[in-house]
Amino acid sequence: MSTTATTEPKPAAPAIEKIKVKVDGREIEVPKLMPDWTGKLTPTTMIQACELAKTDVPHYCYHPKLPIAGNCRMCLVEFGTPALGPDRKPVLNPDGSAKIAKSPRPAIACATPISPGMEIYNNTPAVKQMREGVLEFLLINHPLDCPICDQAGECKLQEYSVDYGQSASRFVEAKVHKPKAVDLGPRIMLDDERCILCTRCVRFTRDIAGDDKLGIVNRGSYNTIAAYPGTQFDNNYTLNTVDICPVGALTSKDFRFQMRVWFLKETKSLCNSCGTGCNVLVSSREEKMYRYTPRENDAVNGPWMCDAGRLNYKWVHSENRLKDVLKRAVGQGTQVKTTWLTAISEISDLLKRTPVGSVAIIASAKQTNEELYLLAKLKTKLGAVSDSVEHTGAADRLLVSADKNPNTNGARLNGICFTEIGSNLPQIAQGIASGKIKTLVVFGEDVTTQGIGPDLLAKLDTLIVSDILSTPTTQLAHYVLPGAAHVEKRGSFTNTKGRVQKFMKAIEAPGDARPEWEFLHDLVLNVTGLNGYVTIEGLFNQMAAEVPGFAGLTWAGLGDTGVTVTI
Amino acid sequence: MPQEYKLILKHADEPGYTPDIDCYLRHGGYEGLKKALAIQPKDLPDGKKMSPQEQIREDVKVSGLRGRGGAGFSCGLKWSFVDRRSGKPIYLICNADESEPGTFKDRQIMHKDPHQLIEGMIISCFANDVHLAYIYIRGEMPEGAKILIKALAEARAKNFLGKNILGTGYDLEMYVHRGAGAYICGEETGLIESLEGKRPYPRIKPPYFPAVLGLWMCPTIVNNVETLCNVKHIVEMGGANFAKLGTPNNTGTRIVSLSGQVKRPGYYEIEVGKATLGELINDPKFGGGLRDGRKLKAIIPGGSSSKVLKAGEKFKLKKKDAEGREVLVETDMLDLPYDFDSLAQAGTMSGSSAIIVMDDSVDIVETLANLSEFYAHESCGQCTPCREGALWMNKALQRMAHGQGRAGDADYLVKIADNIPGGRTICAFGEACSWPVQSFVGKFKDEFVAKGVADEARRAKEVAAPGEIKQLAGAH
Ligand SMILES: Cc1cc2nc3c(=O)[nH]c(=O)nc-3n(C[C@H](O)[C@H](O)[C@H](O)COP(=O)(O)O)c2cc1C
Ligand code: SF4
Ligand code: SF4
Ligand code: SF4
Ligand code: FES
Repeated sequence: MSTTATTEPKPAAPAIEKIKVKVDGREIEVPKLMPDWTGKLTPTTMIQACELAKTDVPHYCYHPKLPIAGNCRMCLVEFGTPALGPDRKPVLNPDGSAKIAKSPRPAIACATPISPGMEIYNNTPAVKQMREGVLEFLLINHPLDCPICDQAGECKLQEYSVDYGQSASRFVEAKVHKPKAVDLGPRIMLDDERCILCTRCVRFTRDIAGDDKLGIVNRGSYNTIAAYPGTQFDNNYTLNTVDICPVGALTSKDFRFQMRVWFLKETKSLCNSCGTGCNVLVSSREEKMYRYTPRENDAVNGPWMCDAGRLNYKWVHSENRLKDVLKRAVGQGTQVKTTWLTAISEISDLLKRTPVGSVAIIASAKQTNEELYLLAKLKTKLGAVSDSVEHTGAADRLLVSADKNPNTNGARLNGICFTEIGSNLPQIAQGIASGKIKTLVVFGEDVTTQGIGPDLLAKLDTLIVSDILSTPTTQLAHYVLPGAAHVEKRGSFTNTKGRVQKFMKAIEAPGDARPEWEFLHDLVLNVTGLNGYVTIEGLFNQMAAEVPGFAGLTWAGLGDTGVTVTI
Repeated sequence: MPQEYKLILKHADEPGYTPDIDCYLRHGGYEGLKKALAIQPKDLPDGKKMSPQEQIREDVKVSGLRGRGGAGFSCGLKWSFVDRRSGKPIYLICNADESEPGTFKDRQIMHKDPHQLIEGMIISCFANDVHLAYIYIRGEMPEGAKILIKALAEARAKNFLGKNILGTGYDLEMYVHRGAGAYICGEETGLIESLEGKRPYPRIKPPYFPAVLGLWMCPTIVNNVETLCNVKHIVEMGGANFAKLGTPNNTGTRIVSLSGQVKRPGYYEIEVGKATLGELINDPKFGGGLRDGRKLKAIIPGGSSSKVLKAGEKFKLKKKDAEGREVLVETDMLDLPYDFDSLAQAGTMSGSSAIIVMDDSVDIVETLANLSEFYAHESCGQCTPCREGALWMNKALQRMAHGQGRAGDADYLVKIADNIPGGRTICAFGEACSWPVQSFVGKFKDEFVAKGVADEARRAKEVAAPGEIKQLAGAH
């Protein structure tokens, strides 16, 4: 296993020639070629150059990760290029500077390539007037129902109206009426009256999701977004269209009318539903989670995520959450509530007393690198056998991984499981059956579904289980330690490609539930005498110093988008 | 005296002339193709050789042929833009979508002399190393499509098409593709999308210039029916001789579609620039004048998208005087030579060479309302200014036409129209739908204002004496 860490998965690209252009009078050097929506290097466009010049060009249809459509016309700019004489040489001004021939026609910044010496004018009265015109056209048939629109606060129509809108409409004709509350698919509602026909949704599902299901019917101002007749807009990526819809035309059935976006707190996190580890924002308010939205990370998920992952969060607030520390005396049937202090000190004493080789640890690859690192310390001290549990499902060609654990590689790198995850489970079952294994520590897995059923579990002297939701395994445990969902703690995962990524805490865990790494720290201290770090930063850095697979990493160095290690 | 000059329509209307290939061959058909295929490589002074294809392309440049579809762009120049180094196939498409209101010339050719078009296309394909060509014909011309399909089969049977044409080793296939009934399919990139089986949304340029990224993202030539027919004559008579027809920079002939309130509406082929607008309208050989007792009010000179000319308007035209100096000559609209450049100098265009004549019986507001209804219906709706502007203008005009005008509507309309053209839209439909409004309202503003004032006065009276009160916004 190599120990080199890189920030990007690909080797550095060869240097790209730079050219000089002016944006609103300021000269900047920009690369001649830049990545297009597929990542391929193509001639740099005006909008890319303006972005590098930190000049905002308003736009609706342009999206850096979609093919260019050029239909909204909001990004129109004026421009000029060096004037050429009859000899094809640049004509110079008296002061020696290149004379600029201003184009009589504007250009759309999103699709027009730059050329050396080009001057882009993003701020002239003519440009402002053109954008006012476009915005007026977009608004004449718009229902203006912002007070009841979910997009309010995130709406590009609202935003640019402040910059380019007119206070009073001169439109006195009847508005075009189109279908409202169209049931586009199982997760998406469409309000065609709010739609500005930018075709972002059409291009996304055709060119990114590979499901050419959306299109435009009718003609002209009556144009209407629709799913192919008689079918539903239903693939595993539909909700991305809600994110990229610049207005409130597409809404998520899960989120619509739930909460005004400006009340929501956003926390950087990860989806934990598969080994891809899509970067997300968790939107929450008052310890309640409302949605995931994808957070752009070109090394992992780009700006997208799958619907299944996005909607897999309700369990966080499930009735079935473990909120109490529970204890069941040997031979007794019912679990009774206890305190962390009691449970941890009793478990510590117990583990200290168990003979080497009589403990097994089954940890989940849904746990964080830091938690697995701490469990590995216990394993070493106790001479325990360990493993985790494989969870697999269907993969696709875009994002979804067949590995449904978010951190299989973290479990591997920390030595909790091996290349073939789950290969030790039969050995553990056998050990329990033979009476060799007396104590079983389980984190985040229901082992009754893994060949270690209630009859085997009954043979144990002690069953210590930490989980988030109640399972048949937690119900049989002598100690139940309620853990925290990933949105309730900090930590890191290592995805299928070796990307080590961290996530932040969005909400508090309910009841007595605690982040596992916190109480694992205490347990490790008591059992092994090793006093590690009590902060997640310190813990991660210690892990990186000790575990070869993470060598060279630091918590701070992970940044928002992670670092790739070789696996 | 202005004369008809029949080059393209030489035989079409002769008694007994039929669209079948035997008739065409009896009249010298496919001789141009044989001549083209027999051209030998030419030695150049610098020791290089000029291929037969290059020679034809050069001859088309020499001929000065300009596109007959609307924009009047040099055909030779267009062909010179074709990317011949991409390694991809080059396609040629005949634009037979003829749908510009007022235009009915291409269908004469297709219905009456389809082999002339096919021969012109084969030569053009040969000259451009094209091996697959399409005729994209307007959906509403089923008869034309039938005739063309039959003609293609005849040409194939005689080996003017297919493999190893006339033993030269040159292969070419040609198909007819029918549109589904949309004006925008005549815009070349919308046409290409349609041909690819998609919604005919015109493409953005850059980057999708047909000469580089056309059909199936391959280099593609799109030419009008009449343009392609001319290529046959250029090869037959030589580019230099062709250039002698018409006037400098406006060479060859054009088939003019003349409609509206003239005595003899119809199509007339003339040498470009050798007849004036007035002659086309009034000469007994052409329009034969207005109906008795009527006065001219306005002319739409180049298809419905061109800017209207008002009777009595005067323009300063550039002319060469006896010593060859350029002078400006004041010219009445009726004295404008019917060619590309004169009409451009008059602020309008010869477009698809369709003249629509309006006499003083015409209600200008209703006429514009009628035109704008067409554009509102035909805007493909891809880009914002045209999609929303075309319908907005139409709603305002329908409201006016239905007695719900306002005194301020003239300015209101022009302000809407001003936000559409000039590069704000993806395709030239933006200009096509706004120029009529700008020019009609600009030149006949008094009529629009008068109508609005009268409507307002009438409505005020209706309110004073409650009767039928119409809702302002609900007129359409
Ligand atoms: C809205 C619109 C409609 C058009 N319709 C036609 C048409 O029906 N027939 C045609 O030949 N050209 C039409 N054109 C022009 C074509 O885009 C293209 O310029 C022409 O086919 C080129 O042929 P040419 O160079 O031989 O004239 C249209 C253009 C626009 C913008
Ligand atoms: S629904 Fe939204 S994304 Fe789709 S075309 Fe309309 S405005 Fe654009
Ligand atoms: S692909 Fe995997 S990580 Fe990404 S959103 Fe879907 S389930 Fe979550
Ligand atoms: S200008 Fe009009 S017809 Fe052309 S692409 Fe835009 S909406 Fe369509
Ligand atoms: S962003 Fe829509 S046209 Fe450029």
